[in-house]
Amino acid sequence: MPHDHSDHPHAVLPSDPALRVKALETILTRKGLIDPAALDEIIDTYQNKIGPQNGARVVARAWSDPAFKAALLADADPVLAELGFYGRQGEHMVVVENTPEQHNMVVCTLCSCYPWPLLGIPPGWYKSDAYRARAVREPRKVLADFGMTLPAETAVRVWDSTAEVRYLVLPMRPEGSEGLDEDALAALVSRDSMIGTALASTPDDGGYPS
Amino acid sequence: MSRLHDMGGRFGDGAVVPDAPDAPVFATDWHARALAVTLACGALGKWNIDVSRHARERLSPKDYTRYTYYEKWISALADLLVETGVLTRKDLQGQGEMGLGEKELHALASKALKAEAVAAVLAKGGPANRDSTIAAGFAPGDRVKTRHPGGSALVNGGHTRLPDYAAGASGEILLQHGAHVLPDSNAHGLGEAPEPLYAVAFKASELWAHPEHPNDEVVLDLWQSYLEPEAQE
Repeated sequence: MPHDHSDHPHAVLPSDPALRVKALETILTRKGLIDPAALDEIIDTYQNKIGPQNGARVVARAWSDPAFKAALLADADPVLAELGFYGRQGEHMVVVENTPEQHNMVVCTLCSCYPWPLLGIPPGWYKSDAYRARAVREPRKVLADFGMTLPAETAVRVWDSTAEVRYLVLPMRPEGSEGLDEDALAALVSRDSMIGTALASTPDDGGYPS
Repeated sequence: MSRLHDMGGRFGDGAVVPDAPDAPVFATDWHARALAVTLACGALGKWNIDVSRHARERLSPKDYTRYTYYEKWISALADLLVETGVLTRKDLQGQGEMGLGEKELHALASKALKAEAVAAVLAKGGPANRDSTIAAGFAPGDRVKTRHPGGSALVNGGHTRLPDYAAGASGEILLQHGAHVLPDSNAHGLGEAPEPLYAVAFKASELWAHPEHPNDEVVLDLWQSYLEPEAQE
């Protein structure tokens, strides 16, 4: 039933991965099973349209609007749907808030689950064995790899995304950001700060190079 | 007992290396093509997300270890296409024999994802929540214990979303997510079998011999059949 076999069909394809993808794409295209233009469209979507700028918009709004933040933390799905940030790999969202007492951090130890409509396609490190293996056991040492140290009084809560629920971290609003509008605030919100491996930038940092 | 993908807590992987802030979404062109081909083939309707996750997990340990991320995707996709009868091994072997211009339309070609449908399909997503006849047995604040031994209770060596590091551990219900499709069943053609799903919080000291901090926690999303009430002391 689990379909274990020693001679996996993929072994007959070219071993070079780029050629392997190309071979499969060619076969499928020839049979009319995929449309190369649809592949281009998918790639364009995640390369240019859907990415961490969406999540940053949500965070900036939550920092600016207490009622929005309360609704987002209570039940994120309708709030995000209204903003148009719904879709594949973001069907069931939970937003978790960082405080001085608790820092949140997200991982998927079993594969690479990640909130695509809000953050796009996960970065390489998020999918790496090192992050998947270590984030649950030694989150503070992993944060040190990102140059981040938490105070001893801050507890770490690591969310292992084992179901179809996807988690977004709401980072703490940085000092010195009073009076900034939502566009300026969004520029302080890095992708990593919404995964929990960074803090939001302060205005002195000049924002996050997006 | 478990497979290589179930790596939470494992030792020896070294440092996490953050990407440069300006790193591209796809490191190379074939990564992008691998993702897009995989998503497009999903539209053929021959498998679900749990089947495709399991296909990656059951790559041989040797392949799982030596393949990079998108190599796992593309290899598991080739396996699935043959196992579900969409393609034959001969198709894969003979891929170089015909000219690019020649076409031999497949019976499933009418299902192929068209460029103009991509935006709508990605926006629609595939929600996993369902009505269930199984009543919620736990509420936030309840103490629970996860199944031990871990692994799939339905299929020997089958797909499950209970990581080995959290098998047999005591925790507390944090959130009730409603009822969701049970991957252990859905990955093996045994039906969606929806049941209540919870976020369960575990003290780091419950999971690890050397926790970093007494107040740290790990939260996992776990289905009701993974859980039992914690025995009263």
